[in-house]
Amino acid sequence: MLRYRWWLTSVALWLLGCGGPYPQSTFAPRSDFARASDVLFRDIFWWAVVVFIVLETLLLFAIIRFRHREGRAEPKPTHGHTILEIAWTLAPAVILVFVAVPTVRTIFTTAGDVPPDALKVEVVGHQWWWEYKYPDLGITTANEMHVPVGKSVQVAITSADVIHSFWAPVLGGKRDAIPGRVNYIAFRADSTGDYSGQCAEFCGASHGNMRLRVLVDRDSAFQAWVDDEKAAPALPPKASLAEQGKTVYSRSACIGCHTIQGVSPGIIGPNLTHVGSRTTIAAGLFPNDSAHLARWIADAPSLKPGALMTRMQPPLTDADIAALVAYLQSLK
Amino acid sequence: MKSWLTTTDHKRIGLLYFWTAFGFFLIGGIEALVIRAQLAQPNGHLVSAETYNQLFTMHGTTMVFLALMPLSASFFNYIIPLQIGARDVAFPRLNAFSYWVFLCGGLFLNASWVTGPLFHAGILNVAPDAGWFGYANLTERQFSPGPNIDFWLLGLQILGISSLAAGFNFIVTILNLRAPGMKMMRLPTFTWMALITQFLIITAFPVITVALVFLMFDRFFGTHFYVHEAGATPLLWQHLFWLFGHPEVYILILPAMGIVSEVLPTFSRKPLFGYPVVVYSGILIGFMGWGVWSHHMFAVGLGPIADSVFAATTMLIAVPTGVKIFNWIATLWGGAIRGTTALHFAVGFIAMFIIGGLSGVTHASPPADLQQTDTYYVVAHIHYVLFGGTIMGLFAGIYYWWPKMTGRLLSEALGKWHFWLQFVGMNLAFFPMHFIGLLGMPRRIYTYGPELGVSDLNLVSTVGAFLIGLAILVFLFNMWWTSRRGRPASNDPWGGATLEWSIPSPPPVYNFSVIPTVAGRLPRWRTERHEPIQDPPAVPPAPIHVPGGSWWPLVAALGLPVMALAALTQTMWVVFVGVALLLFGIYRWAFEPFEV
Amino acid sequence: MTHAATAHHTSMGLDSRKMAFWAFIGSECLLFGSLISTYLIYKGKSVVGPYPHEILNIPFTSVSTFDLLMSSLMMVLALAAVQRGDMKWGKIWLFSTALLGLIFLGGQVIEFTEFVHKGLTLQTNLFGCTFFVLTGTHGAHVAVGVLWLLTLWVRALQGKLGPGNATTVEITGLYWHFVDVVWIVIFTVVYLIQ
Repeated sequence: MLRYRWWLTSVALWLLGCGGPYPQSTFAPRSDFARASDVLFRDIFWWAVVVFIVLETLLLFAIIRFRHREGRAEPKPTHGHTILEIAWTLAPAVILVFVAVPTVRTIFTTAGDVPPDALKVEVVGHQWWWEYKYPDLGITTANEMHVPVGKSVQVAITSADVIHSFWAPVLGGKRDAIPGRVNYIAFRADSTGDYSGQCAEFCGASHGNMRLRVLVDRDSAFQAWVDDEKAAPALPPKASLAEQGKTVYSRSACIGCHTIQGVSPGIIGPNLTHVGSRTTIAAGLFPNDSAHLARWIADAPSLKPGALMTRMQPPLTDADIAALVAYLQSLK
Repeated sequence: MKSWLTTTDHKRIGLLYFWTAFGFFLIGGIEALVIRAQLAQPNGHLVSAETYNQLFTMHGTTMVFLALMPLSASFFNYIIPLQIGARDVAFPRLNAFSYWVFLCGGLFLNASWVTGPLFHAGILNVAPDAGWFGYANLTERQFSPGPNIDFWLLGLQILGISSLAAGFNFIVTILNLRAPGMKMMRLPTFTWMALITQFLIITAFPVITVALVFLMFDRFFGTHFYVHEAGATPLLWQHLFWLFGHPEVYILILPAMGIVSEVLPTFSRKPLFGYPVVVYSGILIGFMGWGVWSHHMFAVGLGPIADSVFAATTMLIAVPTGVKIFNWIATLWGGAIRGTTALHFAVGFIAMFIIGGLSGVTHASPPADLQQTDTYYVVAHIHYVLFGGTIMGLFAGIYYWWPKMTGRLLSEALGKWHFWLQFVGMNLAFFPMHFIGLLGMPRRIYTYGPELGVSDLNLVSTVGAFLIGLAILVFLFNMWWTSRRGRPASNDPWGGATLEWSIPSPPPVYNFSVIPTVAGRLPRWRTERHEPIQDPPAVPPAPIHVPGGSWWPLVAALGLPVMALAALTQTMWVVFVGVALLLFGIYRWAFEPFEV
Repeated sequence: MTHAATAHHTSMGLDSRKMAFWAFIGSECLLFGSLISTYLIYKGKSVVGPYPHEILNIPFTSVSTFDLLMSSLMMVLALAAVQRGDMKWGKIWLFSTALLGLIFLGGQVIEFTEFVHKGLTLQTNLFGCTFFVLTGTHGAHVAVGVLWLLTLWVRALQGKLGPGNATTVEITGLYWHFVDVVWIVIFTVVYLIQ
């Protein structure tokens, strides 16, 4: 029953092309790239349905109609039929031509070419988080990508360690992030929203925890985000908890791996200059709130197996952690 | 006991292959059930991320190399000499060697589950954990420092030797030991598909061996075959792996296609429709299987031209595959179909393989594939092909040839229960995966959030997986029960057309008291061209020389895991022990008197 | 492999061991094909030296190549001698084949040692990785061949190898010629076309 209901709803949702409760559905394209894949898939899907029905009907008919019954004559020992053989060699070949032509056409239209004024974003996969750089805007951020709606975006994808795959399904197909190599995808998002995705190539212990978000903003909102990101990091007010946090940050191992503009130059972990403005932490795993931040700072590997940010030795005191959390949250 | 350790009888080796492979099949199945239990609900925490990664790696590796291939090998061993009218394979001791090497390789790989403490780690800690495809550079020492990947790459090299040795053996057996009158175009279809499979094995396995040797050198000797900092590319691994990997898919499916091509004619009392077409399309698939490897790599970004070419070749390979399906249906058409369990599985094979084939066409198209690859959609696809296809086909073979191999019929009633449970179970388990994937769940993730909206579908899939488990339990019970109470099988319980049915079940050690002379493609059926042949007499008219056993294949085979162990523990002197054992075995083997 | 080769009836009329060996050689072609392809793919991709043209000693290796070619000639002579039952010359040619094989291996040891002294090891760069693994795999094949030839030679000395074992010697020859041909390809690809 359960199975029935879900098949029906899934099929229905697909037919309606509605994203609804399925944030990573490939049936709810929100960009030209995703739409092209979707259209092609539907084409092929219906061909497949036709072939499926024809073949399974023939098969079912054969096993029902030609059941052995007492008294029926021995079957005729037919060995083959040349014309039939030729027919059923040609028929699939012809259908495949109808699949192949739009396929090749779509391959070339989705090859990642963009107009010169496209927004360029560089994606670097890390175990297990995403680094985003906007070379023309001078922005570096992590895990949450912002792009403007209706504008061409070219994403250049590579990796800092092992092979990952960048995939935000509603915006388009995945491309592998391969060390020593840059791959491109291009898309033009057609509606604003907060779209989720995740790494699609097995990349080690926390592959399942390597999620990402792409926020498609209206032009003004995107511009506001760009301005915020380009600004120097917020300076915590004197004698605040956040300022204590900054001190803790500066004397701890944090600075070895993280960048906060003007505070620390580490490049191994995510850039934290504006971490307070992000909605999630730990590559899209948890909401960016005090409780999760505190747990994350205290013991990241317990939340994300294999995380390279090990437990701090010696451990930070609760007070230090609270201060750090306040500081990071102040970095809007 | 000694007679089993030293046996060179293809039938005994076939049974050894069967029981060993079936044991590994159960282990791989249990791994799958743990995986499904973990995924039954979002944020599952039955096992840790690290354990989960080992489970899916070992599930894939076990099913491909330790269950499906050797289950096919078990039929190659038992059935091919009987189908071609031979007394044994061409090289009986090489055959024993293949088996022992396979056993060693399988045990070596699975030893990784329990030997953690030897490497200062816990149990369930050092099993391979980078996927059955083991993509570099995750497998480099830098990213996988433990012995996990070492177990994998050494185990696979051992298993490769086993497959290669068996490949040479069966090619020669099929080409050279055919009974008089058994022309190539009179070979039973199963034997034909086996022959193509062997050619694929001997050409594909060297390629993965080279890939594994590079990986071994990278991990043990600090070379840089897959290290991009040194100017290399990790993509070399993917090209080599899939150059092997796609022919490997046909290595897995062609034997099952061969089985189905035997079962359908027998139970519809009609010759295989378009025998030459089925054979030639098999050969064509074998060749074309070499030209499609990059369709596993569309997301790699090879460029639009390469993508177009590989999309085209991949779609092209659907043509000979489709032809086979039409020919199977035409074989049933107009027949007098008896719904035995074997026929159920054979028809189940066709029905499920159609689905797997069609979903395959949807990801032959690169832009569509970019949304599908590395998601559960592909998991659904491969399971429709390898479970719905290969395993259904292998079970058809088991129910078909079991009486020949054991002398007892399996229970048909339990067999039907087995079939329907498995059929419903697999569709419950794997059909929802199409949606799970298209709704955005990648494969190989140990956990997923409820927000993806695929929790219920995953639960259904898990229920289906456990139904499959139940089906296998029914089968185990069937084997156990009929081994004591089963009806004894006559020479020919099904009315088969091929030579294996002309001799007792199980056959005597010499197989044929008199080697038959074959006049047609269906030697035991009356056709317009010839009369059925006489079954050989029960008592051989003249004494038949049967080769005795030999210890040396076993001794030589033991050298390989010893060498692998030496590499694993990085102790040089043990390598020499292994080499010495291997050489000693080979020399004694070469110089012992052994008449074939 | 050297048990008495009884003339079995075979469907193809070709000795089963010989057929198996042809299949084995086919398989080996894919092995060396993959190794040589990798060498070619990674050619010129090393990021640090020494590079091939700085280090390969073509005159020296040409002598080795000539030596291996001559060993194939010895192998032909050995087979001919065994086939006509001339075990005296059979022994001499078998031993010469093995000896020339050993000389080739010695040449490889000298070459490898010199390279290491000049700073090229397995780990140095991609050229080192691909060169040593390719030529090393070939060297291992030569070593197996030498062992095999010496075994036959010892059997011949013991009087256990006669014209009845011609097929065994022929198969050894197949292997030896194959290893030789592979070397010609490697010599061309690695040394001559730089």
